[in-house]
Amino acid sequence: MDNFLAARSQMALSLGFHIIFSCIGMVMPFFMAVSHFMWLRTGNENYKNVTKAWSKGVAIFFATGAVSGTVLSFELGLLWPEFMKHAGPIFGMPFSLEGTAFFIEAIALGFFLYGWGRFNKWFHWFTGVIVGLSGIISGILVVAANSWMNSPAGFDYANGKYTNIDPIAAMFNKAWFSQSLHMTIAAFAATGFAVAGIHALMILRKTNIGFHSIAFKIAAVFAIIAAVLQPLSGDISAKFVAKTQPAKLAAMEAHFNTERNAPLIIGGIPDEKNKKVDYAVKLPGMLSLMINGDTNSEVKGLDAIVVNDQPPVSVVHYAFQIMVALGMLMLGISLLSFIALLRKRAWFKQRWFLKLFVFATPLGFIAVEAGWTVTEVGRQPWIIQGIMRTADAVTPMPGIVYSFYLFTAVYVSLAIAVVFLLNRQIRMVPEIYDINTKY
Amino acid sequence: MMLYIVIGFLWVSMLIYVLMGGADFGAGILELFTSENNRSKIRTTTYNAMGPIWEANHMWLIIAVVILFVGFPGIYTTVSVYMHIPLVIMLMGIIARGTAFTFRHYDAVKDNMQQLYNRIYVYSSFITPLFLGVIAGSAVSRQIDTDASTFASAYILGWFNWFSFSVGFFTVAICGFLAAVYLIGDVKDLTDKKRYIRKAKMMNGAMAFWIIMIFWFSYKGDIPLFNWLFGNFISVATTVTGLLSLILLWIAIYRNNIKRMRFYAGFMTMMLLIAVTYSHYPNIILLKNGAHLSLFGTKGPDKTINSLGIALLAGSLFIVPSLVYLIYSTPKKTDREVQ
Ligand code: HDD
Ligand code: HEM
Ligand code: HEM
Repeated sequence: MDNFLAARSQMALSLGFHIIFSCIGMVMPFFMAVSHFMWLRTGNENYKNVTKAWSKGVAIFFATGAVSGTVLSFELGLLWPEFMKHAGPIFGMPFSLEGTAFFIEAIALGFFLYGWGRFNKWFHWFTGVIVGLSGIISGILVVAANSWMNSPAGFDYANGKYTNIDPIAAMFNKAWFSQSLHMTIAAFAATGFAVAGIHALMILRKTNIGFHSIAFKIAAVFAIIAAVLQPLSGDISAKFVAKTQPAKLAAMEAHFNTERNAPLIIGGIPDEKNKKVDYAVKLPGMLSLMINGDTNSEVKGLDAIVVNDQPPVSVVHYAFQIMVALGMLMLGISLLSFIALLRKRAWFKQRWFLKLFVFATPLGFIAVEAGWTVTEVGRQPWIIQGIMRTADAVTPMPGIVYSFYLFTAVYVSLAIAVVFLLNRQIRMVPEIYDINTKY
Repeated sequence: MMLYIVIGFLWVSMLIYVLMGGADFGAGILELFTSENNRSKIRTTTYNAMGPIWEANHMWLIIAVVILFVGFPGIYTTVSVYMHIPLVIMLMGIIARGTAFTFRHYDAVKDNMQQLYNRIYVYSSFITPLFLGVIAGSAVSRQIDTDASTFASAYILGWFNWFSFSVGFFTVAICGFLAAVYLIGDVKDLTDKKRYIRKAKMMNGAMAFWIIMIFWFSYKGDIPLFNWLFGNFISVATTVTGLLSLILLWIAIYRNNIKRMRFYAGFMTMMLLIAVTYSHYPNIILLKNGAHLSLFGTKGPDKTINSLGIALLAGSLFIVPSLVYLIYSTPKKTDREVQ
């Protein structure tokens, strides 16, 4: 593995790790706030227990998210010094605002975790809401920084010099809205399905049904709403990518040749040598329709891009297919849930329905990782689209491979530790919280 | 104008990180130097004292890093490239410490896993500030060689030297000292108090030892430390005031005046930081080839500095009041199990 590949892999590993914790850090506070609210309103002890049990889990995730984020803010320089030297002053605005958001999040979390019985109960509840809000804001801000890499703005570039720098314009680059929206909804969908799935499993195992049903319901409601919105916002993202990053779109769709009446290619195995896709389902004209609203319009293919500037097709295509397929699956589960709710069917208590949710536990997070692979790999070979190549940004220090191995070992052990701890939290529920409320 | 505000924020975040983050590392360092029997007591005290502001303590480092990469990218990238190895070690420390601290308090089952968390926690509490100090020491030691042609001279010799490590060990000692002083005021029991006073003495001794070492190695390594500290009025004045407040600090400890001892501890640290930063302000990194990277020379474009300054000012409007309220509103006397 050469230095460059090692640096990319380490970055991908660190971000892929961090994103899981940041999704949970953004979303769980809202779940807790709902449950906390219900407890304050109804006095049902189960709600209080759910809130407390979740808050312990969140503390574990928060710590892991915070350290992995701290590591990232150094890694940007450790791995991509040339990028940061030029990009830092341009896309740094969201990061400096994010600092504030994190700070508020950390302070509010202090209030929330240590505030039981110490403050006015509504003030205490409110600090929990603040944790969630500032988490969302920081998520939006970081994604705004990332979207700048996809659609650079706020500076002029000529002869290798960056002039006329305007950090505000850079922050509100064209892609910030579509990307932030999609990411925020994704966080709700992914966390919602993961949490609902775990509690559904516990209900199936008939342990502490009262406790787990409450937890399941709260998480499931968030999950099914988010999963309906997700494809809609994904459509906005795709249209936007088509406009600003035709190479990425072509790679997502494995669309080799520029053509009118372009087909939507579903699945299949891209054959990069012969520029075709085998075993795919092709819906004629659909891609043209989705991108431009007209089946006969022209869609740029990879042949319109200089070979040197083309992203790897297979990875991006597979990742995109995975994301969309999982999005559709989750949408399906949501629609079933809505039918159940509207028609007042008792499905939520039936085993097959709970099993569906157990099955869906990891889907959202897999889609998140796949989506980021689309975004990041699809931008290659650029680190700043059209401006700087990733290969030119990498650190001159040799031997990054060893650092990559080290980080891999650390992250793998951390992941094991978190799963281990979470499992212990769940197993302890009967001993700590059982008050036998009826379902 | 905005540039000075930004530099001010950078400096203040460094100070607060040394004070709050330092005391926090120090708690772990004290635990490391405590016999097995008394450790659990230290753990409870520390957790009650530091727990609520624990997350916030470490945000100051992030603020400083963000100010550096947005406002002074040249400094950030130079440190990142040439201090790669110590930075990675420090990051490993941060990961290990942050997670071990949380795990040991939030693990639902208390069994012998606790011993593992504790061990990780205390060692990483030592390693992290050590390497923070090493990096800070290396930045000013004229050992960073941007023209280096071999791996060792570019990426290892810049920091792997006695001067940098003396600064590192001094950092460890001062963290331990701050924590001990802080905790003296936090315990009611007389034997506990005595224990922390003993620790404070020990750490103070370590500080003195490593200061001597720092001077010795700076003399050996041709680093004009002496000139920096005694070559200009401000540095002399702050060094002297710093020493004076150390004496007052010990008087306060023996009179058991909690407010005063904390004040002097903070004040002493601040004086120390002024003394060492003022002497080569605005240069942050002194390179082997005699060049230096200064805050003025590496600053980003004006528009960036302006918006960064505004963001920081606006941010502190939110942060300062809520942080102060958090610190004062979580009473430390209860030993109630945190839920
Ligand atoms: C729960 C997760 C999830 C689900 C179900 C979907 N996505 Fe997604 N997608 C993400 C999670 C995600 C993400 C991980 O959050 C990304 C990465 C970057 C971003 O902003 O969001 C993303 C990126 C992303 C991009 C690239 C944006 C860019 O590079 O600027 C497109 C075009 C889509 N998505 C489109 C879709 C479509 C058409 C979906 C239809 C079902 C879909 N996504 C479902
Ligand atoms: C958290 C969600 C993110 C994930 C999962 C993610 C994923 C990835 C992946 C898979 C790569 C490797 C690309 C390749 O090897 O071809 C990468 C590279 C990179 N990403 Fe992201 N990314 C995320 C967000 C961000 C954000 C928010 C930023 C910065 C603001 C960022 C900056 C970078 C940089 C600098 C690289 C290295 C250059 C490159 O190889 O493209 N990423 N990321
Ligand atoms: C899409 C990508 C990202 C999202 C959505 C995201 C979001 C978040 C969120 C919500 C948190 C709060 C911690 C938690 O609750 O677990 C967090 C922590 C953090 N993130 Fe990220 N992040 C992303 C990528 C990055 C990148 C690229 C960096 C660095 C350059 C970064 C730096 C940090 C830092 C420093 C923290 C710790 C803050 C604390 O202690 O509270 N994040 N992130």
